[in-house]
This record gives sequence, structure tokens and C-alpha cells, in this order.
Amino acid sequence: MPERIFVTGIGLITAAGKNVPENEHSLRTGHSGIGEVKFLNTVHKEIPVAEVKHDDKALFDLAGIPYREGYTRTALLGMIAAGEAMQNAGADPGGPRTGLISATTVGGMVKSENHYFDFLRNDESNIYIGTHDCGDSTEKIARRLGIHGFRSTISTACSSSLNSIILGARLIRAGKLDRALVGGTDALSRFTLNGFNSLMILDREGCKPFDKNRNGLTLGEGAGYLVLESETEVRKRNAMVLAEVTGWANANDAFHQTASSPEGTGAFMAMEKALETNHIQADAIDYINAHGTGTINNDLSEGRAIEKLFGDRIPRVSSTKAYTGHTLGAAGSVEAVFSVVSIVRNVLIPNMHYRDQMPELHFAPETEYKEEAGIRTVITNSFGFGGNNSSLILKG
Amino acid sequence: MHAYIKGIGYLSPQPTWDNSLFLEAVKSHHVNNMYCLAPDYKQYIRPIALRRMSRLIRMGLTSALISLQDAGIDKPGAIVTGTGMGCVEDTENFLTSVAANKEEMLTPTAFIRSTHNTVGAHIAVHLKCHAYNFTYVHRGFSFESALADGRLLLAENAADDVLVGGLDETSEHHYIITGRLNYWKVKKTHNLELLSSKTPGSIAGEGAAFFVLGKVPGVNDYGKLLDLDMFARPESEEILHSRILTFLQGNAMQASDIDLLLMGYSGDVKFDPLYEGVSEKIFPGKPEAYFKHLSGEYHTSSAAGLWYGTRILQMQYVPEVLMKSTTSPGKINNILIYNNFRNEQHSLMLIST
Repeated sequence: MPERIFVTGIGLITAAGKNVPENEHSLRTGHSGIGEVKFLNTVHKEIPVAEVKHDDKALFDLAGIPYREGYTRTALLGMIAAGEAMQNAGADPGGPRTGLISATTVGGMVKSENHYFDFLRNDESNIYIGTHDCGDSTEKIARRLGIHGFRSTISTACSSSLNSIILGARLIRAGKLDRALVGGTDALSRFTLNGFNSLMILDREGCKPFDKNRNGLTLGEGAGYLVLESETEVRKRNAMVLAEVTGWANANDAFHQTASSPEGTGAFMAMEKALETNHIQADAIDYINAHGTGTINNDLSEGRAIEKLFGDRIPRVSSTKAYTGHTLGAAGSVEAVFSVVSIVRNVLIPNMHYRDQMPELHFAPETEYKEEAGIRTVITNSFGFGGNNSSLILKG
Repeated sequence: MHAYIKGIGYLSPQPTWDNSLFLEAVKSHHVNNMYCLAPDYKQYIRPIALRRMSRLIRMGLTSALISLQDAGIDKPGAIVTGTGMGCVEDTENFLTSVAANKEEMLTPTAFIRSTHNTVGAHIAVHLKCHAYNFTYVHRGFSFESALADGRLLLAENAADDVLVGGLDETSEHHYIITGRLNYWKVKKTHNLELLSSKTPGSIAGEGAAFFVLGKVPGVNDYGKLLDLDMFARPESEEILHSRILTFLQGNAMQASDIDLLLMGYSGDVKFDPLYEGVSEKIFPGKPEAYFKHLSGEYHTSSAAGLWYGTRILQMQYVPEVLMKSTTSPGKINNILIYNNFRNEQHSLMLIST
């Protein structure tokens, strides 16, 4: 029998809060983390963003390490959320059968973009040359938490950290690991802000997922991590289980580098194949935590894919991007943590900033926070550039 | 889980794209930053599509297409890539233009291509392949992670065949920047004299190597990948050596079962003693080959090692230019490929006929 996979710990830092309880409070009270730029050094003050509300120095405190050079915001955010997840699980990170699979898209660019001309001309900022690549934040997290076993980093644009959860689940199911710390981290950078701005997909009013008048996404930053453990390990140490990972899939839209196919081919395939992992019936899904970025393109193709898969029995749907912004490489795991919260607390997290029905769709997202919401099985989606589409199913 | 090697494709600083040739011609490089030689890309990709591709995308897509054609496969069951740095030139271009234009009037092309999964995505679009598509970006584990994932997919019966590749590009700026961390030799060194130079640093390189792996053996296989291991910097040489012995034991083998050692000597006097120690302590007198004088050093250079090892298995001889030891192997059944990236990420690959 392949191992079952359980979530035993969660950790978060986003614009909506510096840990899981603060994020839960924001979800409950309808508090959005979106606002004016405060920490990022950019000329684009007119573009709303969802920044983590702490400067780098404060992040060192939250990470529990003294301030020093050589740490990027990406690594610090990752260390904070990964540390919370590990503490929440109460598990020993040492030993060869605990792995770390992290994800990031921006990596150390947050420092490189400030020091690039030093890199070329002098030795003043050499300490940040080695923090540029995507592996740096993963190595920093591993060292901080004392994880000595398998580690790797995934970068598949906005689906990156959902894919790190998928790999962790597969490695546990195959018996290669007993425990995996999985998730992703991304900090806001001028590089990404200007990249998305040049694509003209940043909503000047803040994102409005699944709204008729939506006009783009809002960039966020943050990190989300989960501790996954095999059933054997859970029993052995009598660990408290938050949820079970029961389905996953990654599929490629194979349509375009940045745009998703209008009919949502890849999105449909990812959700459909995720259901197939353990022969889960579409009827069993109580809630879809949608990718729902708020771009004209994404919400339409994702909406159509949901309609195609679920027909006239569409589960409750919401996007949580209006709380946290789009945290890019961290989005998949941030929203997987939200999905675990919705299962554990049995609450329905609403889709903020929605007003008007999209004429192309037959369903509307949920807009009210509800308790005793009957949420047991959740599917969460993350779709990225390069047509990279992933879905994950969590069960209470 | 054995993974059968069905097809290969490799673009490098050597003329390696034609699988019917094997180092009949060796290109000398007199710079410490070796770029790939370019095949006639139009033979593989339509000119209109080529114009929209940056260098690493061309290199990656072309070597992927060569490996698929070699394997006789139109659409793989998965596409898994590893890259340490992704599209370096596009990243530099966008970074520089953000600064130069003070964040105004930017075009998104370079930004879009700077995403690390760009090449994997281009392959998917080119093949109209909707299958699983992952990209790993963990320094000297990038290619190994992709390879491990490919093996896992075969073991899960999630795919009958997988396309796995390791790719990185160098650039003028990348060479200058990483040179500040003493990655490269200060003195201009002839690539074919990499090991005799006996100085700190290596020579930079780049490449795109793709492999089609299948779970069922076939008559045209190059051989099989028996096992793979990766580990962070060992605390001592003894721990490194015991890890290698444990790896062999896990495959019911001893040092004597290995016919050829293929190791990642980078010409850096700081790191080459690790390889020498493995050779002397575990495999004394064993025929030994190396490849980084032809590939250069980069995060996914181990993919170059796997390509050279695979060709050696197929051809059953080691071209003179690859030989490190004076003893040549006879029948080559088992090759152990050991690589480390600056003593940070270590990997072992065991391939067999």
C-alpha cells in the first residue's frame, strides 16, 4: 500500500498577517493586505501592492536571527513561514528522511536589482552575488531549521509552490521521505513589478477576482509552508493531523507563454487529473480555492474550466488574492494553507472585491464569510506562465 | 527503478549535436568562458519561431527535439528540466532596462523569458504537449532533481517515457559576476589544458543536454540509468567515500564492478583533490575519464557528464581527449559518474549497458 500523506503543520507570512493566526483574523474580518507601496523602492507609487507589513530588519526579528548582510527578503520570508510550519507540526527536522522542497520565482533578485552595477564593477556587494539564484532561500531555510536531508527548489512561475507540495506528496507516497517541508517564498521586487506592469496586467484599483470589471492582478509577497508526513510517521509520533493530501496534478496548457487558453484546457486537465489520483468524485469537492488572479484572461479560462468539469453542480468558489495579492511563487502554498484553514475551522473564505457577475460564466464566487460551512474536501488551483497548471486536493 | 535511455541530444562548446559522430573533431577554446557552438537551428525550428527565441531557448528546444527524434517519440509523457540560473541574458536585459529606463516604457519580452520554466514551456508549446512539466532550480542539484523526478514518474506509472534536461547559459556579465566569487581561473587557460594548469578556479561553460528515459527496455537503448544519489557537502572525505560505497552496495555492486569512472574534475586545485581522493581510495588503478574541459563548469554540467557517459556506453570506447588515466577500459558495462559543484552539491549517477 502506498503511504497516505497528511498535513501536520502550516506556516504563513503575507500582507494579511505575519503568521497563521493573523492571516486567519484577516480572512475572518475581511481585511485586505493591499495598499500603497511602503518598503519597495519603486517609482510606481500609483500601483497598489500587497506588501508584508514589516521592513527587512523586522523580518530578521521574526525569523529569530540577528541582523546581518547576506540575507534576502525572499529568504527571510521563507525562514519565518517555514519555521512556523515546523513548530506547528512539532516535528524533528533532523535526520535523512526529512526533506525540504521550496519554490521561488524571484529568488535573490530583490538584492541583485539594487547591487547589479556593483556586481559588474567592484567587490562591494559580493555577498549578494551568491544569494541571487533560486536555491539560496532554500539553503538558508534548511540551515536555519536544521534540515540535512534531500532539498530542492522548483520554479514554474505562479504554480511553483503548489508544485513543491506535489513533489513532497509524491516522495512520501513512494516511501522516499517520511516528512517533507514544502512551500514557497517570494518577495516583491522592482523586476517583477515592472515586468507585470509592462504586460499591462496590474489593476490600478487592486485586484477584483471574478468580477466583470476586473482589470488585472495585484502583486503581493509572502511565504507559505506545510509539513507533510507519511501515515506511518504520523502514527509513530502520534502527530496531530490537520488535513490529508488526496489528489494532485500538473498539466500544461501548451498554448502560450503568458496567456492561458480561452477554454482553459490546462486548468481543466489539472483539476480532472487531480480528482483521478485517488478516484475522487467531482461531487465530493465542497470548495474550490481558485487561482483567480483578477486578470481578464485567467478568471475567464479558469471559470470555463470549472464549468466544464463540474457542469451544473459547481462547488463554492472563491479567490483569496484580494487578501494577499498574488504572491507568485508562494501563491500555491499560501492558498494551500488557506485551504487547510478552511477545512480545520470549517469556514468558507469569501472572494473580496467582487461586485458584478461575469457575463461569460454561470456561477458567481462566494462573498460571505461563513462558519459551520460544511467544508471537508477542497481543491486549490495555481496556474503560471508557460501554461503551467496545477491542482491539489485536501481533505479533512 | 531502471530508466532506459532512449534518446539523447546535447548542445555544448563542442560539436555534439550530431549523434552519429563522437568527438571526431574537438574544438579548442582559448577563453575561460566557453560558449556553445551553434548548429544550423533552421534544421530544427522554423525561422519565424527562431527569431522570437533567445539563445538558451534555442539551445534547449533544439537539444530536446534531437533527443526526441533520436528516441522516435513525438510527445513525451512528461517534460522535466533543471537549470541553475535560467535565461541569464534575458534576466540581465530586463534588469538593465528597468534601471536604464527608470522603470518607464518597458517591453515585456525579456521579462517573460526570464522565467525559469521558459524552456520547458517552449518545448510544451512546440510539441503541443499537455503533460506534466516541472522545472528545478537548485544550483548543482538542478539537473539531478529533474532526473530524480523523471525516474519517480516512471516508477509511478505516470508516464511511459519522460524528457529530462539540464541547461544553463553563460554570458559576459555572468562570467564577470561569478568571477568575483573566484569561480574562474584568473589566467587565460586553454580548455584542453584544464587539469595541467594546477591553479584555483575553473573555466566557465554552458550547455543543454536532454535525455528521453523510458520504463521498458528496447533494442535501441543506449543503456540504463540504474541509480542516482545527491547530497550536500559531506563533512569529511571519509563520509564522501562511505556515501559512494553505500551507493554501490545499494545496487549490489562493489568498486570492482565499475569499469569506468567519469568524474567532474573542474581544474580547480581547491576541488580536484576530492576527485583524486575518490580515485585513489576507492578505485585505485581504475580507468578514469573527465569532461569539463569540453563542457566548462556550470550548475547543470552533470548533464554533460551523463551525455558523455551515455555515448561511451554506446560506443564502447573512450575518446583519447576524455581520458584522465593512462589505463583504458576493456568492455564497458558499468560507468559511475561522480560530480560536485564547488563541493556544495554532490551527485552520483550509475549507468549500465
